[in-house]
Amino acid sequence: MHTKTIAQLSAALRSGEISSVELTTLFLARIKQHNPALNCYISITEAQALEAAAAADQRLKGGDATPLTGIPIAHKDIFCTEGVKTTCGSKMLDNFIAPYESTCTAKFAAAGAVMLGKTNMDEFAMGSSNETSYYGAVKNPWDQGRVPGGSSGGSVAAVAARLAPAATGTDTGGSIRQPAALCGLTGLKPTYGRVSRYGMIAFASSLDQAGPVTYSAEDAALLMNVMAGFDERDSTSVEREVPDYTAELTNSIEGLKIGLPKEYFDDGLDENIARVIERAIKAYEALGAVVKEISLPNTALAVPTYYVVAPAECSTNLSRFDGVRFGHRCDDPKDLFDLYTRSRGEGFGAEVKRRIMIGTYVLSAGYYDAYYLKAQKIRRLISEDFRAAFETVDVIMGPTAPSTAFKLGEKADDPVTMYLSDIYTIAVNMAGLPAASIPAGFVDGLPVGLQVIGNYFDESRLLNVAHQYQQATDWHLQVPAEFQ
Amino acid sequence: MSVDQTDITKVALLARLEIDEADVPQYVDNLSNILALVEQMSEVDTDSVVPMAHPLDAAQRLRADEVTEVDQRDRFQALAPQVEAGLYLVPKVIE
Amino acid sequence: MEWEIVIGLEIHAQLATRSKIFSGASTAYGAAPNTQACAVDLGLPGVLPVLNREAVRMAVKFGLAIDAQITPRSVFARKNYFYPDLPKGYQISQFELPVVGVGQLEIQVEGEAPRVIGVTRAHLEEDAGKSLHEDFHGSTGIDLNRAGTPLLEIVSEPDLRSAREAVAYMKKIHSLVQYLEICDGNMQEGSFRCDANVSVRPAGETALGTRSEIKNLNSFRFVERAINIEVERQIDLIEGGGKVVQETRLYDSDKDETRSMRSKEEAFDYRYFPDPDLLPLEIDEAYIEAVRQSLPELPDARKGRFITELGLGEYEAGVLTASRELADYFEEAVNVAGDDARRTANWVMGDLLGALNRAGKEITESPVSAELLGGMLRRINDNTISGKIAKQVFECMWNGEGDADTIIEQKGLKQVTDSGAIEKIIDEIIASNPAQVEQYRAGKDKLFGFFVGQVMKATQGKANPAQVNELLKRKLAG
Repeated sequence: MHTKTIAQLSAALRSGEISSVELTTLFLARIKQHNPALNCYISITEAQALEAAAAADQRLKGGDATPLTGIPIAHKDIFCTEGVKTTCGSKMLDNFIAPYESTCTAKFAAAGAVMLGKTNMDEFAMGSSNETSYYGAVKNPWDQGRVPGGSSGGSVAAVAARLAPAATGTDTGGSIRQPAALCGLTGLKPTYGRVSRYGMIAFASSLDQAGPVTYSAEDAALLMNVMAGFDERDSTSVEREVPDYTAELTNSIEGLKIGLPKEYFDDGLDENIARVIERAIKAYEALGAVVKEISLPNTALAVPTYYVVAPAECSTNLSRFDGVRFGHRCDDPKDLFDLYTRSRGEGFGAEVKRRIMIGTYVLSAGYYDAYYLKAQKIRRLISEDFRAAFETVDVIMGPTAPSTAFKLGEKADDPVTMYLSDIYTIAVNMAGLPAASIPAGFVDGLPVGLQVIGNYFDESRLLNVAHQYQQATDWHLQVPAEFQ
Repeated sequence: MSVDQTDITKVALLARLEIDEADVPQYVDNLSNILALVEQMSEVDTDSVVPMAHPLDAAQRLRADEVTEVDQRDRFQALAPQVEAGLYLVPKVIE
Repeated sequence: MEWEIVIGLEIHAQLATRSKIFSGASTAYGAAPNTQACAVDLGLPGVLPVLNREAVRMAVKFGLAIDAQITPRSVFARKNYFYPDLPKGYQISQFELPVVGVGQLEIQVEGEAPRVIGVTRAHLEEDAGKSLHEDFHGSTGIDLNRAGTPLLEIVSEPDLRSAREAVAYMKKIHSLVQYLEICDGNMQEGSFRCDANVSVRPAGETALGTRSEIKNLNSFRFVERAINIEVERQIDLIEGGGKVVQETRLYDSDKDETRSMRSKEEAFDYRYFPDPDLLPLEIDEAYIEAVRQSLPELPDARKGRFITELGLGEYEAGVLTASRELADYFEEAVNVAGDDARRTANWVMGDLLGALNRAGKEITESPVSAELLGGMLRRINDNTISGKIAKQVFECMWNGEGDADTIIEQKGLKQVTDSGAIEKIIDEIIASNPAQVEQYRAGKDKLFGFFVGQVMKATQGKANPAQVNELLKRKLAG
């Protein structure tokens, strides 16, 4: 039962083959069994989950169930969940019981989904390996000596190990797609503004976007049907109709125009990964797609630009953590200054401090034009590259990550090398486009992800393109041996 | 562009972060490396480019002027390290 | 040496919206601490701001009232600094692109020619909370009810040349925001307050001197005092061979001095940048036109109308339109009185404002309503009472003894206009004062006043003065 997709579980719940309480109990047992090794959950909300499952069972009987009613789900610990500890992977919020519910998790609750717990993550979503969490590193279920990727590492590892049938994640520079690639899952970062950011603890406000982590594109569509939509509490949320994301899944992709950016296949890409991606592209051609080389000339500037924009925004987003109204406060502050510097110095980990420092530096007097303003200009150039590309192609494909999962600790001491893990994913956030990572094969037993980038609000097409591939292949159904 | 110890101290002060003296050299190193990465930006001529603050070219939406929030002080203050008489307490502020 | 004083004001007007600028919490004054600070105002993790439509409309109204450019696409920025009354560690404000651009208004100091003062800009921002310094075991208490209250910060050019001009400018803005109904103007509650940038330079010099900024002045009197004291301090300093330092100073009204707000922290570096949680505020022509149509009659227009339609003088019209409440009072009194707006103006500016001033009351708290005053003036106009008796009636109305007609009736104050009765009294007075009559007839004209006084005394002031004059003249002529 635990290896079934949501589409299958939903059918089983409706037919009465299994109840939500039984299904929830099953996953809770798996969490108890495997979480100590994998460390993918920070909080397990067992009592609430069983209560919600019982309510879902009533609803299933009552006939007003949605496709997600009774389906267990894990939420990244970046979403505020009322009455439940919400840490954002930080010591700063180790004592923070959220007093309100994020729009995204509220929508899942309203649809009848059952929250199993809150998943581990890089501290304040800053990281590409899930090693910056105050709650310890998460292990990759395919090889527990390796990282699951980050920052949504807990969500992805939980789903990959089948400790949840699906999870939510957030993606600021690749934080859904890169771990999805490293753990062999389907992950979607929607168009900026498609999913409400209200109640999602901000890292970089102009880049953050929540999305689903699932086995299949079909499941991602089911989650998107719940998550997406306008929210009047988020000024950057877009007032635009939400389609049924499952509606176009089965469309043929005959004639689909795929663009392959030559910059994504240059020297930096591991040869073995390149081979997996090429094979996936061949499979698309077999399905009737047409492939064409394109150029995104400013690709190399995405990472440098990101490391101005994201730290600048995070440096001020994180100023509210000051030890006054919530969160960590140092012992016996001798004055106000001491209260601030020690509470923040103790509450934040090394990577968060680094990014706050960089952000503060680039915004400070005399540097604004050279860094922040310059970055905003290059951000436009990067967006224009995509705009031009989408005039001739329907989707853009390439690798999600330059390598497979790396060893725990391998890049932890070298921030810049770590940052380059997101070299193929970051530009998408800069432009605000939707993109998915789907499993496309293995190198030395480790999963490889294919990234599919779509035009603005073209999630339906992305999911269709992913689904068609998944009808022709079974990479997305592979489960690590220990968790089958 | 690289930073020195003075920059680190100044930035840490602005950001209200206590940094262990022993960690300063490592911050100098890390930040200099990150800024070296960022430095690639300067190779591009952007004189005629309009800065992009936001992915979507949209305008601010406006809210009706209505009171929609109720008093939740007790609930919010349950999260606070130190409160008294409904006030958040901080070490004495001298003006 | 002759010094020129250069002053610029930054006025903070709290906008009279029901809810806060970025949240749905109430802005009502005086609630128990932190009961009006919602999740957004507290800056809880994950919350986001959404802009209040009414705050924008109010800012545009103000912009139109001072003939300013309304920025078609203005931007909200974060101003970053740590302070306990600033929950997010940044204030959402406007920096490079404020909603209201360059504008201007005319001020007039009594006895001087009117001057046009430039307004550099006006921008929307959120207010901070309040720090309460009374002792909580050596701690400071923070109340965030005020955090997020919409403010319009109105920045003047350094065009003001004296403390009196600064006060006149501030009063003009104060009046304007109340006319526009965008701010209640309550200075005690902090709804209207200002910072003054003050510098001096040798007369004839064009470069600006180093300025100091005096923070948080919340009364007209303090503005005048603080500026004068600061100007004196700066001149003394320079003449003593010292230099003015650019700094923030605080006016201490108890000691009547300004002092430096010493901060052990580094010089401020606000790190302004566009707030990524908010999008550009777009305002189109149609919207601006609609707001323009909704503007009430503004003080300058009303003043002009008082001069042309009611025949008031420039000065009287200026005083009476200085506040919307006073102008409203005056117009209502004129309407009730029927005619002679100048008489009404004199009564309002003289007796009424004098009495209010002595009692320490505002026009809105006047015990004598515009209707009561107008009713009394109507009785002067129709000769029921004389101006002198009216003073007595006014005092009775002030003390709550009813309207003019009731008081006149009860106290028998109605003017005596029966010429037979007046003649009879005059005859008696002539008969009992033969010596004075003789002197008057011998050419001592000054004695006429003596006879008027005697008649008035005999009638307890109720005789119609014009009639008395006429009859006396005839009778004394013999």
